[in-house]
Parts: sequence; C-alpha cells; structure tokens
Amino acid sequence: MMPIHEKSLIRPEALKTHDNLVIDGVNVSGHWSTFIAPRVVTDYNERLEEEIAAMPGGANIHRCFQCGSCTNACTVNAIEPRFNPRYWIYLIRMGYESELLRDKDIIWSCVSCHKCTHICPRDVEPEGVMKATAHWLQLRGYTPPSHSHIFDEEFTRQVVARGRIEDTEVLHKFLRQTKQPLLQDWLVAIARNIALRLPVKWGLKMAWAQLFKPKTRGWAKSRAALQDYIHEEEGKRRRALSTERRLG
Amino acid sequence: MVDVTAKAEKYRSVAYYPGCALEGSGNGYDVSTRAIAKALGLGLVDVKDWNCCGAMEVKNVDPAIQTYLSARVLSQTVHATGKSVVMAPCNGCYHNLKKAEHDLAHDPKTRAVTERLSSKSGHKTYQAGEAETIHALDWLKATIGEDGLRQRTQGKLAGLKVANYYGCMYVRPRNIFPEKDKGPGSESTTQPHFMDDLLAAAGAANVDFPLKTACCGGAHTLSDSDTSTKLVLNILEAAEASGADVIATECPTCHTGLEMHQVRAEKRFGRKTRVTMLYFTQLLGLALGIGPRRLGIHTNISDARDLIIEKRLA
Repeated sequence: MMPIHEKSLIRPEALKTHDNLVIDGVNVSGHWSTFIAPRVVTDYNERLEEEIAAMPGGANIHRCFQCGSCTNACTVNAIEPRFNPRYWIYLIRMGYESELLRDKDIIWSCVSCHKCTHICPRDVEPEGVMKATAHWLQLRGYTPPSHSHIFDEEFTRQVVARGRIEDTEVLHKFLRQTKQPLLQDWLVAIARNIALRLPVKWGLKMAWAQLFKPKTRGWAKSRAALQDYIHEEEGKRRRALSTERRLG
Repeated sequence: MVDVTAKAEKYRSVAYYPGCALEGSGNGYDVSTRAIAKALGLGLVDVKDWNCCGAMEVKNVDPAIQTYLSARVLSQTVHATGKSVVMAPCNGCYHNLKKAEHDLAHDPKTRAVTERLSSKSGHKTYQAGEAETIHALDWLKATIGEDGLRQRTQGKLAGLKVANYYGCMYVRPRNIFPEKDKGPGSESTTQPHFMDDLLAAAGAANVDFPLKTACCGGAHTLSDSDTSTKLVLNILEAAEASGADVIATECPTCHTGLEMHQVRAEKRFGRKTRVTMLYFTQLLGLALGIGPRRLGIHTNISDARDLIIEKRLA
C-alpha cells in the first residue's frame, strides 16, 4: 500500500495491464487488474546514511519512521510531486544511492518553509536533511553547485568578511556568478518604478551604501575566528566522504 | 498566565535589532517602526555594533556558524547594550535569535562551537536565558496593546480590508517558540493573530485569509524565481479572492518577495494582481496620524498612493 499522492513513484514501464489474461480460471484483464512488475536492486551504498548524517543538518535522519508527514506538508511537493522528502529519506537509509540520484537535480529546491520540521513527530528536521543531501550531492560531484548554493556562499562570504551584508551587492554578485543578465525585464521594471517615485536623497543613500559597505565595528577578530573554523570543518567533511574533492 | 502590566513595563525600553534587510530593501519597515516608537514614547536602543544573524544562507552553509552569529547579537544586547529584551522586527532575525536560544540551551556541540568562536573573537559568550527575544508584534501587543490603539486611533482604518500575512519564520518550527500555543493571550503557531488583533483595534476589517502562514518562496526569490513567482501568486490571488485591499506584512523578505514577484508574475506569466502591500507598522503609523513619507511608504516597491487617497488614510 502507498498513499495515493505517491502513486507517481511507480515507473510507467513497470505497470503491466493485460487485455486478455486468465490465471487459474480468474480473469485478470483490464485496468482494475494492473500489475506492477517487481525489480531487483543490487547496488547499495551501505554508508549512505552515515555520509548524509555527517553533512550540516543531516544528523537526525536516523530518527525517521516513515510516517510521510513531511511530504504531506511540503510546499515544494505541492507544485512538484517528484519532490518527496519521505521517499528520499527512505532511499538514503536503505542505501539506494542510484535511486536517489534519479532525483538529484531537484533536491536543492527546498524553500526552507519549515512545515516539515514543524509537523515531524520524530524531530528528524527533514528540511536540514534536504540541505545535507544537496550538500552531499555537490561534494560527491553528482551535481554542479546549485544557484541556491552560489547565493548562500556569496552571502556567507560577505557576512564573514564584514559582519553584515549589503543586499544590492548580493543581488549583483549572484547574477554575475550565475551568468544571468542584470537587466532582466522584471528587475528593470521594479527599478524604474522606484526611481520615478523616490527623492534624490534616497538615490544618494543607496550610492553611499555601495561605496561604503555596511560593516560591523570591531569585526576583525570574529572574521579570523570564523575563517579558521570554516577551513577546519571543510576538511572534516571531506574526510567523512573519504574524498579530497574540493567544495563546489 | 502572564502579568500583562509587568510585561508592558518590561518592553517599554528595549534593545532594537534592525538587521541587514531593514538597512536595505526593507527600509520602510525600519523607518515606520522607529516612527511608531517615537509617537508612542517607547524606547528603542540599537544593539551596539550588531552583525548579521546568519539568515537562512549561512545556516545552509553551516548551522553552527549561524548560531554563533546570532549568539553574538544576543551577547552584544546583554553585555554591550545593557538590555535584557531585544526586539527584532524581521522574521528572519527573530527566528534565528530564537533558534540560537534553543540550540544553546539544548545542544552541547553547538554551545562548544559558540564558546570557542566567542572567546577567539574577544567577547563574552552568550548564555541561554540571559536575554529575551521578541518580535515587533509582541512589542506593540504588550505595550500600547489593543485598548491603547483603540483610544489613540479612533478607528482610523475603518473600511480598509486587510489580509494579514505572517509567513513561515514567525511561527515555524514550533520547538523554538516555547511561549507560543500557550492558550489565551499567547500567539498561535497555526492560526497567528497578533497582527490581526492590532490592526482590528485600529479599525481595520480583517478578511478571512487562508494563506496566513503559507510560504512565499523567499529563500529562492532569485535562485529559483519561477517557484517563488508561483508561490507568491497563490498568496496574492487568495488575498484578492478574499476581498482584501491590502496585504499587511511583518517580514522584510516576505514583503519584498511579494512586491517583486507581483511585478514578475505580470511580466513573465501575464498574471496581473492589484492588491497593495504595506508593512503592518506602516498601517499602524497611518492610523496614529503619522504622514506616509515619515513611514517610508514611498520607498516600497508596491505603490500605495491610490489606496491612501481612496481610503482617506492620510
């Protein structure tokens, strides 16, 4: 048995419907007697759960008892049925790496609305597990850095460097790093719309923020401490995957 | 049961943590919050040399770093600013300070990282329980409160139909908000009502809005824009269907997300919506008789000029 909203997990090629089939005198033809062809999986990664658990956010994956509340509550699942945290947690815990890789290109798209973590009766923090899995896919080289990851890295770089971010700089650097044009129609429409209403004083204030980035006073020691820590942690994660592959 | 007067007294002068968004794209929220504090005679003392709370982005890179960043803000609140209550209007900041409080109280590993980073950075390590983090909604609900607003505003927002939108970070996940869902007088994580209560006291007619705590896709506003546009369209169209003139917001990321993707939905998908977005502090400011420019309404992307004239809000 499986919940009706998860029927999409059955692959079309495994569905067998017979026009005319009688077994032991019972007619099993037609749609109501659809069979699902079994399949055998032989390639396991027995350390998969351990590897995901070593990534930031993944530590509680072992607590899952597969109730499916996360998928049921999920914001992204409602617009993309293939996005199924319960199923991925199952695959990870069973070590079905090749099955997981079929969905590798959408796992990063979790929007962190925390509906799953809110509802989870076992405190698995499925949102964290999604981030951990996306992280793992990148470290293993299965996916290129996602746009979301590039955004996170640029944001974190600014926070570590200055203690604060400047949002137009995040926008600008993100678009450049992901090779998107700054002059997209909707961004231009927004900019024009504001420019027409705002006083000159405001324009000057924005230019000022560009030239003199907001920063936290007395941040130098925190910057050094954070840089040391990040360096150390990256090393630990690479060792957990027994790989020397560089992050991103 | 909380002693209401003691709480009002405690929140009369608090540390104020604006955060990065309120210095930039969410400036109207900052300006209107300060304007209200001034009009009501409430004290806001900026957290001395504050830093970013870590937002969602740093948390995705490493949750322990985000906890340290938030713990530094709390440490600055207690040790550099001398306050025991910190008010954060931004849902992201509020959520992260709450999360740090929870993690430092419950997770020895995160506590060890925070201690190490704090001592290397040369400031006192924040200990769980030293400060109380509140949202701008908690602050106004406890200080001026509904009765105070009823008196001061004389139903100024009468005839204005409002959809109250709270977003994700103010209510989820439940475990970092131990004071919520505690019966009468407390906030609910599934049916939040503090903003509804305050605006209703100022005369507004709150519409029955089912997507109060739906997600706007703010995390991926730029990195997965089509998803964000779809999620925002759900919210905008539901607000219009429930008859709202305006969506009241209490988070700069949600607010900017709704504004930006309202434009994007029209440009990319040809779906035009007319509903206006205003921060709840801007609406309360108008109700208190503060001028729209002093509330930063002209710096919003969403153009509220017609609405203000039509509804005689200024």
